[in-house]
Amino acid sequence: MPPPLRPRRRFRQPSVIPGFGLTLGYTLTCLGLIVLLPLAALVVRASGLGLSGIWEVATDPRVASALRVSFGVSALAALTASVFGFLVAWVLTRYEFPGRRIVDAVVDLPFALPTAVAGIALASLYAPNGLVGAQLAKLGIEAAYTPLGIFIAMVFIGLPFAVRTVQPLIVEIDREIEEASATLGAGRIQTLTRVVLPPLIPAVLTGFALAFARGVGEYGSIIFIAGNLPYVSEIAPLLIVIKLSEFDYGGACAIATIMLGISFVTLLVINLIQAWSRRRFGYV
Amino acid sequence: MSEIATDLPRPQAASVVTEGGLVRGLLVTVAIVFLALFLVLPLVTVFVQAFAKGWDAYLAAFREPDALSAIRLTLITAAIAVPFNLVFGIAASWAIAKFEFTGKNLLVTLIDLPFSVSPVVSGLIYVLVFGSQGLLGPWLIEHDIQIIFALPGIVLATIFVTFPFVARQLIPLMQEQGTAEEEAALTLGASGWHAFRTVTLPNIRWGLLYSVLLCNARAMGEFGAVSVVSGHIRGLTNTLPLHVEILYNEYNFVASFAVASLLAGLALVTLGLKSLLEWRYAGDLAASGRRH
Repeated sequence: MPPPLRPRRRFRQPSVIPGFGLTLGYTLTCLGLIVLLPLAALVVRASGLGLSGIWEVATDPRVASALRVSFGVSALAALTASVFGFLVAWVLTRYEFPGRRIVDAVVDLPFALPTAVAGIALASLYAPNGLVGAQLAKLGIEAAYTPLGIFIAMVFIGLPFAVRTVQPLIVEIDREIEEASATLGAGRIQTLTRVVLPPLIPAVLTGFALAFARGVGEYGSIIFIAGNLPYVSEIAPLLIVIKLSEFDYGGACAIATIMLGISFVTLLVINLIQAWSRRRFGYV
Repeated sequence: MSEIATDLPRPQAASVVTEGGLVRGLLVTVAIVFLALFLVLPLVTVFVQAFAKGWDAYLAAFREPDALSAIRLTLITAAIAVPFNLVFGIAASWAIAKFEFTGKNLLVTLIDLPFSVSPVVSGLIYVLVFGSQGLLGPWLIEHDIQIIFALPGIVLATIFVTFPFVARQLIPLMQEQGTAEEEAALTLGASGWHAFRTVTLPNIRWGLLYSVLLCNARAMGEFGAVSVVSGHIRGLTNTLPLHVEILYNEYNFVASFAVASLLAGLALVTLGLKSLLEWRYAGDLAASGRRH
């Protein structure tokens, strides 16, 4: 009697479709050469510095201040983008109004507009003699060349992330649940806060994390409006550029590693939120 | 019983699942004012500033040889980077969507990686590999090959930042479509290439066009990564966004915004075509198409 056939664990399920080896090989080659090898070069360079070397760069007052500005302002901007992003997503999916389709398209503007173009436009708008800047100056508010300017640019760049992560989920909300809630005697506010909003929280958090990560790494739309004063309105990516132009590769790598590390943590948090959401609500 | 129920008027039924008219109007107004102030006003500013001194001053910005060479360099870069990512995206989505294999999720995550890397860091990693102090630097100098501060570096950095665009658009789309149609074609005697060309390609064409549009917009507009590897040599390694920066820093605002208006125009065309595709072919773009 032949031994019973045991299914062998294999790398790939059998299929009649051709081209697996070719396409996967090509994919891995490109991925390796374009993405993984250069990133590995950064890791190698940074590990040459050692943890103490990276720590030394990170605690340099100018670097520490740039990191604080980048992460602090980005968190505030992502929070603002999340609040208004939710509002925009809600309005776009729930209400009918003239020009809705155009408003929907406008949301993607920061994705499509090159960052340098956004940067000079924001800088000229919010400069003391600019259209908005002049009005703010009357109120005694300086926007351009201060952290407030960085905040404005980061809200601009983060808004689409906040809108586009929440929007599909608002579309999918089952209106019958809201009807049930209303039938059972809940007021509109109660229905919103107890029934509609809780399942949307993971998406809002994901949108926040994406906007935050984008804000921290953003360069082009910020440097023109920021004024780039060391210790005041200098962002971490700019400091990398400065270190590079001084041929301080070690310093540039250390800052880049810290930023990469924090964006990986952010990605991890997003994945955890989504895993939690899948368990709790049954979808991402 | 049921007759009474159907005869009841239903105005209240609609109002329990939405807000009152006043609240609705207020929310719509706040959203539109916010978007107008934060997103539309900067766009309008670009064109207002570009034409601040009239047509002649606007056109003068493009008569400069440096501007023309920046346009040329941007077009060349996109002409290499976009087809590269197109081929890569099709190959990657074919392998990932049509087959089941171990480590697939990891592969998808790695393809997405460039999206979560700061543009400046994207440029930096190429300087670390190809720069004069980089890993391959001495060897490149010995063989007189220049990558950083030259076209190859700019193209590489652009490919890096646009790497996931096509793949991440096509993967969910091709997964949704499954393999049944290709299998049918193969059973009927088509070769693999023939099945791809006549079955798969027509199925994904709108998704493909959509992703190429977005990929191209980013490739032509990339600033941070390209800025790090370009060296800003006027007339040689300046792309359009870098030329905008140089002019702006020289206080040549009209010329700077004039060049910027070209890029803003490209963004507007991209957005228009993108919305048109979403509107006409929503089903062919897959549900995840809206999320970049």
